[in-house]
Amino acid sequence: MLRLFWNRLVWAIPVLLVIVVLNFVLVRLAPGDPITSIIGEYPTPEGYAEQLRAQMGLDRPIHEQLLIYLGHVFQGDLGYSFANRQPVLSLILGKALNTLALMVPGLIFASLLGILIGRVSLSTSARFLDSTLTGLSLFGYSVPIFWLGQVLIILFAVELQWLPAQGMFALQTDLPPFLDYLAHWAMPGFAVTIFYAAIVARVARASLKEAVTGDYIVTALAKGTSQRRLFWRHVLPNGLVPIVSVIGYNFGLALTGAILVESVFAWPGLGALFMASIIARDYPTLQGIFLLAGAAVVVSNFVTDVVYEIIDPRMRNGSRGA
Amino acid sequence: MAAVARNRAISRLAGSPTTWFSAAFILALILMATVGPYLFGDVDPNTISMSIMAPPSAEFPFGTDELGRDVLQYIVHGAQVSLYVGFSAAFAATILGGLIGAVSGYVGGRIDTLIMRVTEIFQSMPTFVLAALIVALLGPGNNRVILVIALLSWPQTARLMRGEVLRVKRLDFVTAARCLGQSETVILIKEVVPNCLAPVIALGTLTVAQAILLEASLSFFGLTNPDTISWGRILTSGQRYIFQAWWLSLFPGMAIFLTVFSFNVLGDSLRQALDPKS
Repeated sequence: MLRLFWNRLVWAIPVLLVIVVLNFVLVRLAPGDPITSIIGEYPTPEGYAEQLRAQMGLDRPIHEQLLIYLGHVFQGDLGYSFANRQPVLSLILGKALNTLALMVPGLIFASLLGILIGRVSLSTSARFLDSTLTGLSLFGYSVPIFWLGQVLIILFAVELQWLPAQGMFALQTDLPPFLDYLAHWAMPGFAVTIFYAAIVARVARASLKEAVTGDYIVTALAKGTSQRRLFWRHVLPNGLVPIVSVIGYNFGLALTGAILVESVFAWPGLGALFMASIIARDYPTLQGIFLLAGAAVVVSNFVTDVVYEIIDPRMRNGSRGA
Repeated sequence: MAAVARNRAISRLAGSPTTWFSAAFILALILMATVGPYLFGDVDPNTISMSIMAPPSAEFPFGTDELGRDVLQYIVHGAQVSLYVGFSAAFAATILGGLIGAVSGYVGGRIDTLIMRVTEIFQSMPTFVLAALIVALLGPGNNRVILVIALLSWPQTARLMRGEVLRVKRLDFVTAARCLGQSETVILIKEVVPNCLAPVIALGTLTVAQAILLEASLSFFGLTNPDTISWGRILTSGQRYIFQAWWLSLFPGMAIFLTVFSFNVLGDSLRQALDPKS
């Protein structure tokens, strides 16, 4: 267990390192002076550019510059956002909470719904339901999530006027905060849920169908196991690894989905910040978000591996039996 | 018993109306983008009319935008960009991934391990964030967008190709070719790779869908060239005028959805039909 922990930790380092180096290289590839790129078009105090140049060591050789940049990053210094007038780290961590409030419930619902769809598609008696659900998952796979958001807004906010179109909380409302949040979450949350449920359902369907064909299912049936027990004790545990893997993968990449959904619904999270920063050419913030997105992938891969160990005893002794 | 079931699944899929619809839709789309302007006259989609943000009517079936441009014309011309970017990026990603995977799987050993590690790193990248960052920093342009999408999509192809090469290189005819004294490079190119292509092509079709979706997302955020007409870009207007003009969102989004859907269905059908294991 400890060795796997260590292996994974060692593995995370090159991924993060590549992201940091990419951050470094990309800003230097951008046309124009990096100092201008970093500050953007914001008014800065007299002599600040020169001070920043010396501080970032831009007068030194390129490999030294990279080391200095690495040093800053590992001390948690991601630079300063002039567009938002605060350090990048505290800025993106603050927005990350709002993104989590959007994505985490959505991903949890999506995971449960996806497994449920896989479960339903197992029973052959429900063939019509099965093909409907397969169609639904293909729909979720192909629909541009930002367009799904627009259609929801047109339907439920513009035409029916049931739900608020934008934001996370209303400026003035009689609703208690939690209900207000729920009303605002409903549409973007639905878009997120449908989108990820489609991905989970596809994997769950294939993997559960595979698990049903095992000889142990015949044995269990011969012993007179009930249908319910058969699913929970035999089918699900054996089909769970690919499902957990796809869920973990999507948790890691959730920030991407967040960017696309948040900007449609003006949800005040990292995605909206990312888009605003692109328009404002606020490079330090963009770099910070990219770093955080990479870290999210690394962390969720790590957690997924640990969950593997818990659900699949074969993986506990290294990968020998698996 | 399982094999019988699978065969039945294939024949059901090959004969399924969804697959035929998808193939027909893609064909129609390609025709519309290539010979359409010659058949129906090449109308400049930037033509401005007096009807500003007019709802769908007989004259403008999909309505007009904030400058009075015909949304239908925009969608027809946007197909060119979507298909061009989609096909080119998928082609480049398939070639790149195929080459890397083939070499990695055939050579094996330390080089294989190293290449696969690099592939894994590429796969861990948050694709859209990186693509948006690169295009935002380096500037727009169709070819740059293609390059970025290709650079971010090859790992999947590489892993598939590697797996196939690992399987094929142990087969008897490869040993036979070696006995005939063919060089390793010739064996790889002439004997091994052609026998690995089927699933790679199926994945390539799915990559087209991914690339079109990625291009549409980048355009939606205004990251691609403002002078090129693309479906994602109309959705930007749709977002701005969402309370006034539903047709600016509905139709171009539907075009993206149907296209991506068709390529996904076709890729899936191809994969199932070409799967060597069945």
